[in-house]
Amino acid sequence: MAPLLEATGISKRFGGLVAVRALSLELARGEVLGLIGPNGAGKTTAFNVISGFLAPDAGLVRFDGHSLAGLKPHAICHLGLARTFQIVRPFPHLSVLDNVRVGALARQPRMGEARAKARAVIERVGLGAKAEQAAAGLTLADRKRLELARALATEPTLLLLDEVMAGLNPTETAAIVALIKSINEGGVSILLIEHNMRAVMSLSHRIAVLNFGEKIVEGPPAVVANHPRVIEAYLGEEYVHAPAR
Amino acid sequence: MAVGLTLIFGVMRVVNFAHGDMMVWGMYLAWILATRAGVDPYVGFVLCAAALFVVGWVTQRLLVDRIVDAPHEMQILLMLGVALVLENAALVAFGPDPQRVLSPLRAATIWLGPVFVDVARLVTFALAMALTLALYLFLTRTDLGRTMRAAADNAYGALVIGTDVRRVYAVAFGIGAACVGAAGALVSPILPFQPAGGLSLSVASFNIVIIGGMGSLPGAFLGGLLVSVAESLGAVFLSPSMKELVSFSLLIAILLFRPAGLFGKTAA
Amino acid sequence: MKWLAAAALVVLLLLPAVLNSYAVTVFIFIFFYAFLGQAWNIVGGYAGQLSAGHAAFVGIGAYTSAVLSVQAGLTPWIGMLVGGLLSAVLGTIVGYLGFRFGLRGFYFVLLTVAFAEVCRIVALNTDAVGGALGYYITFTGNPWQFQFQDNRVYYYVALGLMLVATGIVAAIERRRFGAYLIAIREDESACEALGVNTFRYKMLAMVVSSFLTGVGGTFYAFYLFSLQPGAVFGIPLSVEIIIRPIVGGAGTVLGPILGSFILSPLGELSRIYFGQGSWSGAHLIAYGLLLIAVVLFLPQGAYPALRRLWARAAR
Repeated sequence: MAPLLEATGISKRFGGLVAVRALSLELARGEVLGLIGPNGAGKTTAFNVISGFLAPDAGLVRFDGHSLAGLKPHAICHLGLARTFQIVRPFPHLSVLDNVRVGALARQPRMGEARAKARAVIERVGLGAKAEQAAAGLTLADRKRLELARALATEPTLLLLDEVMAGLNPTETAAIVALIKSINEGGVSILLIEHNMRAVMSLSHRIAVLNFGEKIVEGPPAVVANHPRVIEAYLGEEYVHAPAR
Repeated sequence: MAVGLTLIFGVMRVVNFAHGDMMVWGMYLAWILATRAGVDPYVGFVLCAAALFVVGWVTQRLLVDRIVDAPHEMQILLMLGVALVLENAALVAFGPDPQRVLSPLRAATIWLGPVFVDVARLVTFALAMALTLALYLFLTRTDLGRTMRAAADNAYGALVIGTDVRRVYAVAFGIGAACVGAAGALVSPILPFQPAGGLSLSVASFNIVIIGGMGSLPGAFLGGLLVSVAESLGAVFLSPSMKELVSFSLLIAILLFRPAGLFGKTAA
Repeated sequence: MKWLAAAALVVLLLLPAVLNSYAVTVFIFIFFYAFLGQAWNIVGGYAGQLSAGHAAFVGIGAYTSAVLSVQAGLTPWIGMLVGGLLSAVLGTIVGYLGFRFGLRGFYFVLLTVAFAEVCRIVALNTDAVGGALGYYITFTGNPWQFQFQDNRVYYYVALGLMLVATGIVAAIERRRFGAYLIAIREDESACEALGVNTFRYKMLAMVVSSFLTGVGGTFYAFYLFSLQPGAVFGIPLSVEIIIRPIVGGAGTVLGPILGSFILSPLGELSRIYFGQGSWSGAHLIAYGLLLIAVVLFLPQGAYPALRRLWARAAR
């Protein structure tokens, strides 16, 4: 079966700095692919290229049989690929409900239906009690949920999550991990960038490791965790083995 | 004139919409000094600069400081409000008719090679160049100047190493206003001025600064030269009232194709 | 809240019966500037794209319908649509250039100002439309030519314009178009990631806004009967247009109306008390101070603040 997402030979440079070099990734339908690597490895740049915020210098991205070349982010969203941002970007003056409704409007052009859909998604992510609260007043953990809810409301087939656990304490992290698992079980494929190794190991079917813009290792979590090149890239960093999926 | 604006933007990322109106006040101050106290604007410009420095410093402390982190729209509207107040206060204080300052140098001309040159213009040019150079030296050689450039590059970082960023901002705004005060005084013998002229001076400043690059001192300088030459050529080849058209067209072109200007940093 | 608005509407409809001609004129300006402010509100308030050159659209609408009426005898009732259309064309150009080239904030403001000034300079130098002397329309009082003997008819026309514009804004706010514009003002990139074609919606806002403003230009022309490039394309008019929604509440349905009810009387009062001559600019000082005060203390405008007070009082 053809992969849902297929990135081939993606390269992107900024002036003299090569952020991503000949990166190729594949993600199968229903899969959770983890993208890890030291800071500056090019993970968010790869995300930006895949979601249409940056045009690659070379290479092609195919999603669900469509080429994404030259498409703007909103068009890519309509094809079924949604993303969250590393630094969350809620609409600060709008309520949680209105925030998510903007996402829902992508599929439900009528305001009433969009509102209903938004409410359903908010309940799903556990923000039901705060639906009328202004987004600016939320805690970080709730803002991450909001970001997730907004993207979910666009009914994606593939969800790109950029360090959605950054800044969360262990309890909050466990909750988000459970949520992501349930989203995946609901049929949404997931590509996630994470530094939290325990979370990545427990969520991902496969993991790709980036260093200096290149993919150095790819495989199931157990393989990646013990790979010498990965240890070398992360020299000095601690990570914890988690049971293989 | 443009140098002051670019300094304010470079350090604080605030666009001073009231720039032209501050300059008009500089001109009127020079006029007052000349008519009431008999001080030649070529000497009095120092006082004008000082006075406008205070105006700028106060404006920054009282008003701009509160909205340094606010969305740009708010900053623009704030400075627009200040512009309105300044322009119409001038209107109320001095009346709408154009004025000119009479300097003893006015009538003198000298031969400069094959061309007759107005001594007044020459002195204005020389003093403006000197002031620009002084400002450049200040920014690169003195401690305060270097602190300002640091704060411009990275306000947070400057804060971390103990810079009183608010004071730096106030000084920067003050200097920016002083520049324009001096400019006003220096130009008062040459150009007729009136309160309503504040706006076109602001727009002219923006033109120059954008073309030269926001936040870049050499850019402002070169931009000023470029725009004046272009406008003069426009006045000669098209018609005098169309010369503004030239600078506006240039502005539109630059905004579209190279908003960073010739030397500028990236847009805020 | 709704029956309060309805009551106010009834009052406004009945007012001309009891007001003298001067007061009627004041109200005409309140309604007219509220209309222009409401039109601006679509792109400046809701979409958050600060245009400081909206006078350009007034000017184009005004000159178009004026010239068509004087030269070709075309009734301004149709001329206003042509004027609106031409304004929309300019709006499309400015919007396209601004949005396609990614101009935001200050740069977009400057672009709009530049275009308005270009229009002004062109009009100033085009003798066919009167040049520096201005364009004049002879008063005939013919209703088919959008000219009315009685001031009160202008009152109702202006009121009608204001209500139509307000209705349009209310309709926009209720629909996806409005929700998207508000979201674009909050965070454009986040919108893009959520499937919003920000370019298309910003353009749409700009086109609607410039069309309506252009229509307003016809009212201007056939109420004042003389068009001066500096007055009708100039920055002072642009300031008058934007200050009402900003003070009253940009991005709200009632903001421009509230703002106009605050600012027009303020302007008139300062004009009366400070008279002509040496104090003639005083009302603009008040405008400036008000603008500063609003930015510092009430950045969302008067209407949201009032709504909060009302909500607190209701408890």
